Amino acid sequence: MTMWPSADEFAALQLSLSVALRSVLFSLPVALFFAWLLTRRRFVGRTLLDAFVHLPLVLPPVMVGYVLLLLFGSRGPIGGWLQREFGIQLIFTRNGAALATAVMSFPLMVRAMRLSLESVERGLEDAARTLGAGPLDRFASITLPLMLPGVLAGAITAFSAALGEFGAVITFVSNIPGETRTLPLALYTALQTPDGEHAAARLAIMSFALGMSGLLLSEWFARRVRRLLGR
Amino acid sequence: MFSVAVKKRRGSFQLDAQFGLPTPGVVALFGRSGCGKSTLVHIIAGLLDADEGRIALDDSLLLDTAAQVHVPAERRRIGVVFQDARLFPHMSVAANLNYGRRRAAPPFFVTLDAVADLLGIGGLMNRRTHQLSGGERQRVAIGRALLSQPNLLLLDEPLASLDAARRGEVLPYLESLRDQLAIPMAYVSHDFDEVLRLATHLVLMDAGRTIAQGELTAMSLNADLRAIIGPEAVGAIVEGTVLGPDPASGLSRVRVGRGELKVETLPAAAGTKLRVQLLARDLIVATSAPRDLSVRNVIEGVVTQVAGDSGGSDLVSIDIGGAIIVARITRAASRELALTPGRPVWALVKSVSLRGHVTGLLHASA
Repeated sequence: MTMWPSADEFAALQLSLSVALRSVLFSLPVALFFAWLLTRRRFVGRTLLDAFVHLPLVLPPVMVGYVLLLLFGSRGPIGGWLQREFGIQLIFTRNGAALATAVMSFPLMVRAMRLSLESVERGLEDAARTLGAGPLDRFASITLPLMLPGVLAGAITAFSAALGEFGAVITFVSNIPGETRTLPLALYTALQTPDGEHAAARLAIMSFALGMSGLLLSEWFARRVRRLLGR
Repeated sequence: MFSVAVKKRRGSFQLDAQFGLPTPGVVALFGRSGCGKSTLVHIIAGLLDADEGRIALDDSLLLDTAAQVHVPAERRRIGVVFQDARLFPHMSVAANLNYGRRRAAPPFFVTLDAVADLLGIGGLMNRRTHQLSGGERQRVAIGRALLSQPNLLLLDEPLASLDAARRGEVLPYLESLRDQLAIPMAYVSHDFDEVLRLATHLVLMDAGRTIAQGELTAMSLNADLRAIIGPEAVGAIVEGTVLGPDPASGLSRVRVGRGELKVETLPAAAGTKLRVQLLARDLIVATSAPRDLSVRNVIEGVVTQVAGDSGGSDLVSIDIGGAIIVARITRAASRELALTPGRPVWALVKSVSLRGHVTGLLHASA
C-alpha cells in the first residue's frame, strides 16, 4: 500500500477545507446575531427560538438534508427564488455543501458565542457608554473583542465539525467527485469500492490529522488570548 | 448649577432624591451602604431610567420626564469613575485613556499630557491594565473619565475597594483635580474622612431619600449627619485662614473665628483658607481664662446652645465669632459650670487633635 494520497483524495481534502471555510464564513455573522439575540434580549418566543437553533444537534442529519432539499432545491421556495433572481444554484454544488454543514454546526457555534457573551461584564459596556460610545460602537469596541475567544473557539469547532459532516451533505448535494465529495463522503465511497481499503485508510488518517490540528490550534489560540487579557 | 430631582421604584425600594450644587463645586452624596447612592449615580449617569424627575447641569437639560427629554448616557458628557475602575482589559492604559478622548466633542478642556501629569500615570501608558495596582487602576479610570471632556465628574465610591494605603495614594490626586480643573464633581462615599477632604457641599441620604443638604461647614453639626457618623466623629468643621509661621514654636498659626490656633507646620502661604475639623471630644470648656495648662490652643467664645447627647453627655455649641464649634462634656460638668446660652467660655483645643484634620486647600486664594 502506498501511503501517499492520490490526486482524487487530495481533491477531497481540498474540497473539504473549502466547504468548511465557506460554511464558517457564512454562519459566523448569523450565529453572532442569534447569540446576541438569545443572550441579551428578552422577547416572547425566546425559549422556542433557542430550541429551534439547537434542533440540528438532535435531528438525524439526513432529515436536515432532506428539509434543505425541500427548501433550497430548484423547485423549493427559497432555492427557486435564488435561481430565478440571482442564478444561484445550491443543490449539487459546494456552496450547497457549505450550507448543509453550516446548518449542522450552527448550534455549536451559537453555544460557544453565548457562553463568551455571557462572560462579558455589562459594567464595561456601561463604562464605554459613559465615555460616549453608542450601541454599535460599544459592540464593536468592547463586546466583540472581549467575546473573541468564544467566537474563535466556536468558529474552529464549527470548522472541524463541518469537515466531518456526512448525512446532511450527501442528502442535500449528493456525492459528486470534485464538487461535493468531501473527505467523509470520499471515505464512504472508498469503503463501498472493492479494494478500497487502502484509500479508506489514507482518507481516515487525513481526517484524523485534520481534526487533531483543528483542536490543537483552537487550544493554542485560546491560551494566547487568555494571556493577552491577563486571565 | 447642578440640580437633581428624581424618583425611582425598584421592588420595595423607593428612591426619592433632590439636591442642588453651585458649579463648580464638589458635592458629596453621603450615607450608609444601601441608602440608594449607587442607584442615584446610575440615574444621573443615564445608565438607569428614572420613573420621573429632572436633571440639569448648568444650561443643559439632561432629563425631564415631564417634557420627554432624555439624553442618553453616551451624550450626557458625564464622566463616571466606578468603584471597580472598569478598565477595558483588552486595551493598554493608553488605549483606555484615549477611548473617551477619541469620542469626545469640543470643547476640550484637558489634554492627555495634562491628565497624565495631574494623575501621575505618564509612566504607565504601555502597561496592560491587569499589571496595575489598585491605586493605579483608579487613577487611570479617573484619567479616562476626565479625557472624555465631561461637564461633570461622577465618582461612585472610587476608593472603597482600596486599602488604607492605596486610598492615601489616590486622595491627593482627587484634591488636585478639584483645585486645578474646577470641574463639578459628585462624590459618592460612605467614608466621612474622604468627604471631609474633598467635598464643598454635602447631601445626606438615608433609605433612598435625601434628608439634608448644604455647605459642608454648615452641615458639620447636622443631627442626621451625627446619627450616621457616630458620636466619636462629631465635630465642627470651620474655615480657617493661615496667618503664617509662629517663630517661637515652629508651628503654623491659623485664624479660626476670633481665635487663633497653632497647628503643625503647613506648606501653605499666609492667607490660604483651610478647613479645620475640631472634634467635639477633643474640646475642653473652661468658664474662666485658663492658666498654667499644657494646652496651647484656647479660643474665647460664647455658649449658644447646650443639647443633651447620648450616654449622659452634653454637646455645647460655642460661637467663636463667625463660626460655631461644639464640645462634648459630661452632663455633670455641664451643670456644675452652669453652662447656659450667653455665657462666655474658653474652649481649649489640644493641638495634637488637629493632626490630620486640617483638610486640603479649598480655594488657593491669597
